[in-house]
Amino acid sequence: MDSPPPEGCPKPPLRLLSTAGAPQVNQPIPSGAGHPSDARHDLTDVMHKVAHGDKQAFSALYDALAPMVLGIVVKVVRDRAQSEEVAQEVMIDLWRQAARYRPDAGSVTTWAATIAHRRAVDRVRSAQAATAREQAQAAREHSTAFDEVAEQVETRLESEQVRRCLRGLTELQRQAVTLAYYRGLTYREVAEALRTPLPTIKTRMRDGLIRLRDCMGVTT
Amino acid sequence: MKHHADDAHTLAAAYALGALDDDERQTFQAHLQSCEACRQEAAEFEATAARLAAAVSQPPPAAAKAQVMAALDGVRQLPPRVPAPAAAPAFGDFLRRRALPLALAAGVAAAALGGIAVWQAHNRQELQQQARQAQQQLDAVSTVLAAPDARTVHGKTANGALTTVVASDRQNKAVFTAAGLPAPAAGKTYQLWLDHDGTMRPAGLIDHDGTVLLTGNPADAGAVGLTLEPTGGSPHPTSAPLLLMALPT
Repeated sequence: MDSPPPEGCPKPPLRLLSTAGAPQVNQPIPSGAGHPSDARHDLTDVMHKVAHGDKQAFSALYDALAPMVLGIVVKVVRDRAQSEEVAQEVMIDLWRQAARYRPDAGSVTTWAATIAHRRAVDRVRSAQAATAREQAQAAREHSTAFDEVAEQVETRLESEQVRRCLRGLTELQRQAVTLAYYRGLTYREVAEALRTPLPTIKTRMRDGLIRLRDCMGVTT
Repeated sequence: MKHHADDAHTLAAAYALGALDDDERQTFQAHLQSCEACRQEAAEFEATAARLAAAVSQPPPAAAKAQVMAALDGVRQLPPRVPAPAAAPAFGDFLRRRALPLALAAGVAAAALGGIAVWQAHNRQELQQQARQAQQQLDAVSTVLAAPDARTVHGKTANGALTTVVASDRQNKAVFTAAGLPAPAAGKTYQLWLDHDGTMRPAGLIDHDGTVLLTGNPADAGAVGLTLEPTGGSPHPTSAPLLLMALPT
């Protein structure tokens, strides 16, 4: 592992992942089976039933969403036992809040991901305000975030697409996005971890997400 | 925290990535209310972030599902968020208790099951105001339901909701209840109408399942109508009726 940079050094020596040989991603990749929006209308119907207390419908909702919920919670919380506990809380919260889901605001999957991510982030931020030491640790580890994604994703088309689209980002865009979303850092913490000015981080998050959105062909 | 005037626009990405602290998130959410373009962008960014979540999916332990399913019985489901004052709150246990002796229409009871008790108000004032509004509505609704001349008609909307109207000529009031009403699209609301010899007069708005007191003079009306209208309602119907229920004379 790299040693801490000397005082006054503008940036730590980033361990850049080579993108040489990676396919150029500048066109939306057509989505196929397993694309979340394919099931969107079905899930909206399911949600409507869940909102009326239909447990059988909730069982279907659980099957559709629990893997994603656990996946993102584990990424952020990391501790396995805590993550499983948080994921269960999230699933119960989906039941509780079902009537508050609004189809015009986005898909069921997006709604659930937002709730799950918020819960996971609340857990890690309340457990411990990120200390300088942790941020330094995150900075040293940041280059592994993408590797982890690459390792853990299954070979489904969707994950493959996300991996390719992440490869299409600049190094700083990718780190800004993944440190925030997969590690639960605030953009301030991301800026500190990457020793990069705040406005730059905000901009990289934004243009990174725009590139991801266009690469994935995301619509609401 | 100091923000430049245009700063809020640049925060949609950080917001969607969950990278704002609590204060900033609330400020940005307030900004979203007044910025259609920001809402659209934030929604797309959230959908993009959801794909990042889906990409790291992993199967939960087999025992987890049974535990979650078993926990549902102890969890009260929240009613839909109470929107603008035009819409009716759900009346809950209170209405059931008063209404059942009247052998009230099943539709009313079903719609009332939402429950007032579990409102998750974010601040006390809002809760108190909602409670006052609910009480006023409840008093008005109860007056109609308890009227000796109350009459009831049932209907079904073109989009599948079950509806009930209870009207009292003597009170010159009528109550409308819907169960199974699909959420209106963004920028739309359901509007009720009273048919006075072919002239449709606005009779109130309803955004979701629940019970509302109709405005106007139902005693003179021949029918109750329901249409989808732009948020805020229209002076005249602008879309085909989803429902037209004749009121018994």
